[in-house]
Amino acid sequence: MVVVGAGMVGAACALYAARAGLDVVLVDRGPVAGGTTGAGEGNLLVSDKEPGPELRLALLSLRLWAELAEPLGAAVEYEPKGGLVVASTPEALTALTDLAAGQRAAGVAAVAVGPDQLRDHEPYLAPGLAGAVRYPQDAQVMPTLAAAHLVRVSGARLETGRTVTGVLRGADGAVRGVRTDRGDLLAPAVVNAAGTWGGEVAAMAGAALPVLPRRGFVLVTEPLPPRVRHKVYAADYVADVASDSAALQTSPVVEGTAAGPVLIGASRERVGFHRSFSLPVVRELAAGATRLFPFLTDVRVMRTYLGFRPYLPDHLPAIGPDPRVPGLFHACGHEGAGIGLATGTGRLLAQVLTGENPELDLTPFRPDRFAESEEAAQ
Amino acid sequence: MNPLRLVRARPGAPFTVTFDGREIEALPGQTLAAVLWSAGVTAWRSTRGDGRPRGVFCGIGVCFDCLVTVDGRPNQRACLVPAAPGADVRTQEGTGHDA
Amino acid sequence: MPERSPVLAVIGAGPAGLAATLAAAGRGVRVVLVDSAAEPGGQFYRQPARGLGARRPKALHHQWRTWRRLRTGLDARLAAGQVTYLSEHHVWCVERESPGFTVHALLGPEQRESVALRADGVLLATGGYERVLPFPGWTLPGVVTAGGAQALLKGGLVLPGRTVVVAGTGPLLLPVATGLAAAGAKVAALVESADPRAFAHRARSLVGAPAKLVEGAGHAARLGWHGVPLRVRHTVLEAHGTERLESVTISALDSEGRPVPGSERRVLCDTLAVSHGLLPHTDLADGLGCGLDGVTVRVDEEQRTDVPGVWAAGEATGIGGAALSLAEGHIAGRSAAARLRGTTPDPGAWASAARTRTRLRAFFAALDGAYAPAARWVERVTDGTVVCRCEEVTAGAVRAAVGSLGAGDLRTVKLLTRAGMGWCQGRMCEPGVAGVAGCAPAPARRLLARPVPLGVLAEPADPPPPQ
Repeated sequence: MVVVGAGMVGAACALYAARAGLDVVLVDRGPVAGGTTGAGEGNLLVSDKEPGPELRLALLSLRLWAELAEPLGAAVEYEPKGGLVVASTPEALTALTDLAAGQRAAGVAAVAVGPDQLRDHEPYLAPGLAGAVRYPQDAQVMPTLAAAHLVRVSGARLETGRTVTGVLRGADGAVRGVRTDRGDLLAPAVVNAAGTWGGEVAAMAGAALPVLPRRGFVLVTEPLPPRVRHKVYAADYVADVASDSAALQTSPVVEGTAAGPVLIGASRERVGFHRSFSLPVVRELAAGATRLFPFLTDVRVMRTYLGFRPYLPDHLPAIGPDPRVPGLFHACGHEGAGIGLATGTGRLLAQVLTGENPELDLTPFRPDRFAESEEAAQ
Repeated sequence: MNPLRLVRARPGAPFTVTFDGREIEALPGQTLAAVLWSAGVTAWRSTRGDGRPRGVFCGIGVCFDCLVTVDGRPNQRACLVPAAPGADVRTQEGTGHDA
Repeated sequence: MPERSPVLAVIGAGPAGLAATLAAAGRGVRVVLVDSAAEPGGQFYRQPARGLGARRPKALHHQWRTWRRLRTGLDARLAAGQVTYLSEHHVWCVERESPGFTVHALLGPEQRESVALRADGVLLATGGYERVLPFPGWTLPGVVTAGGAQALLKGGLVLPGRTVVVAGTGPLLLPVATGLAAAGAKVAALVESADPRAFAHRARSLVGAPAKLVEGAGHAARLGWHGVPLRVRHTVLEAHGTERLESVTISALDSEGRPVPGSERRVLCDTLAVSHGLLPHTDLADGLGCGLDGVTVRVDEEQRTDVPGVWAAGEATGIGGAALSLAEGHIAGRSAAARLRGTTPDPGAWASAARTRTRLRAFFAALDGAYAPAARWVERVTDGTVVCRCEEVTAGAVRAAVGSLGAGDLRTVKLLTRAGMGWCQGRMCEPGVAGVAGCAPAPARRLLARPVPLGVLAEPADPPPPQ
């Protein structure tokens, strides 16, 4: 089979498909991790997901990440550090506590942390916060290393710098492979793991998939000794993730890295593929981070970069066969959660490709689920 | 010949700064890097990976190799910061933030 | 009420920025000249710190008369109130607004506070910095860039050590060697990897640049005067020492760029001043969205970038030395003054500068070809050699990222190895890492041109209205 897109999701699809015995070619117009993967923070999170299909996928994915970490943990900088979601006001704490209760019922480990215990978990947190919930299952990887190493251990044939220009289909409409700028790659199955550009690949096969970019900036500080232990973010982050608004949203997400710098996210804007710098966005991120961690005020930002999260209108990814085009499979549209959800996505897709029953119900992720509303609109 | 003679310099009154507790002489206007070089010091940082010594490399504020702790504030570029009388200059270890 | 004059922010007070300032001031625009140093002059005309009381600074400089003209011109325009000069302003971002721009700069050597300036146009004269390719031992204290040695000599009146080897390639090596020797250093060797005959082959384009030739001949003569051994088609194979530099091994190169067996010899020295040419500072231009050609800012005949209201001049648009910077700065300043007032400039007004520009660009294109870094330098970078100085990434790690992890471009190499992720953000290591990785030296996007404290970013900056 051909996997289009050598980001984190494509790498995981290649890995699990190859393990299931399939012959895999991974093709990307750029390098490994050249798109959203290379611009991400490497979140493996359950904490930011409301109970439902995405949370089920996250729980599966995190189990798989832990398995992969056995041999690969150091190489991909896997850190099962846990997340700490903090609430600044009593109202926010109430909402957070309710969310955590629902998550617990769905199988998430979530531990309430009182205001007086906060600094036991995060010694540098600002004073006066109302409380927090700790999520021990949350973890982190270095996304580019993770993608590259998954590709490496998959044994898949990697074709970087090769642009897919069309999807080949037979007289019966079934997929026969892909056309690229350097010749055709023939295969009975094509997996669209093109992330933010997944809509373009779907269109090449004649299928509509409304993947859109949601821009985010990340700030990277000077190297520091370990001071931020968890992935720490404010409770309103969950609301931002789930929001449909096109306007700018920023809620601070702060975490240390194995290499020393602290990463600060996460802004969300729908501005198309606009690559220009936005100082107001960066200012908001900085303000949010210094409110959570006042010591950061004197710490310098060395770099800021931006990326585009691939999102679908209902904020769920498209995973599975496309009933409109036999042989076409999708694994894209994971928005800001693609690193974390990659392993589960790859596993489920491999199960579908080999005719097994997928271990999660794929109905919520059906790639053609937007077709009805589009037809209705026309 | 020396550089001061070459340009017929008449520097203002010299003063001292300390480097790791040792007094060294400085001339007004000189950067810390210039002062340290004058005293024969070429390294004032150890890297956070291999603990290797570093000092000036680019000399114009681009490379950040000459980072040093001045008056308790880490990660100052010695090639940019002018020496001030009594400045407490210390060899910087690692990130400079380690206690 | 008269309309206020448009404001042109000129960023950088080296030859290009000063020429631009002089050309624009008094032509209906107010110029704000913003520079990171304490005194104008840039790297080329870096002046001894005031407190050092240098009475004969010209002993360290070339083209001193030109400097006097620039400095006197600036003083006159400052006195006339046509120019505001802001020293020790480290510009970290130029923001596009509609209309106009906001220039954000950190103040003083401390760089803990930031100010914001409004401008109608921006002229980037951000200069360049040294390119140094890695070799074993290049991270030892005592190994400095040739320009760095010169900067500390010119600005601080100090020498990096007693015994210096000057090495690498390019037209900067000669003046650095003669400057250090004149100031009292023993220059044990000048090691130039280029073949001067290669330069002679391109002699046709030199006809237009007699001043440059005379300057070069002058340096060469002074080299002899100071007894500096000149080793052309030689290279430094390795710098030796434990805690600091103690010696270097130099070797002759054959016509293919390979070290000639048996020609190696040890030279004792406490300083190695090394340079493989210059690279332009393009971060601010890139952040503004200006197009780049490779590593330089793309400009038109008027030195306009492809972002309306943004001009660029000097090394940022291509390495070409002070005289070319002056010509480009002049043209950019004239164009900006006219355009910001809503008029179309007459290129005839800068015809002489345009001729100089044409001539010098051809000259430096030829020079560039002649002073290309020694072929096969990558082969001499051992796997254990640190190529990214900040993050201490070795050549071996870069090669592994390319060989077994599928990296094929500089960004992926960076993400996989951390080469270029440290304090300097790849400015120093990009050419070396690209060479070792075998990929194009595309500069990383550095949206913040300098490290900025989070506290500075966190506070909303309301720029004061233009005066």
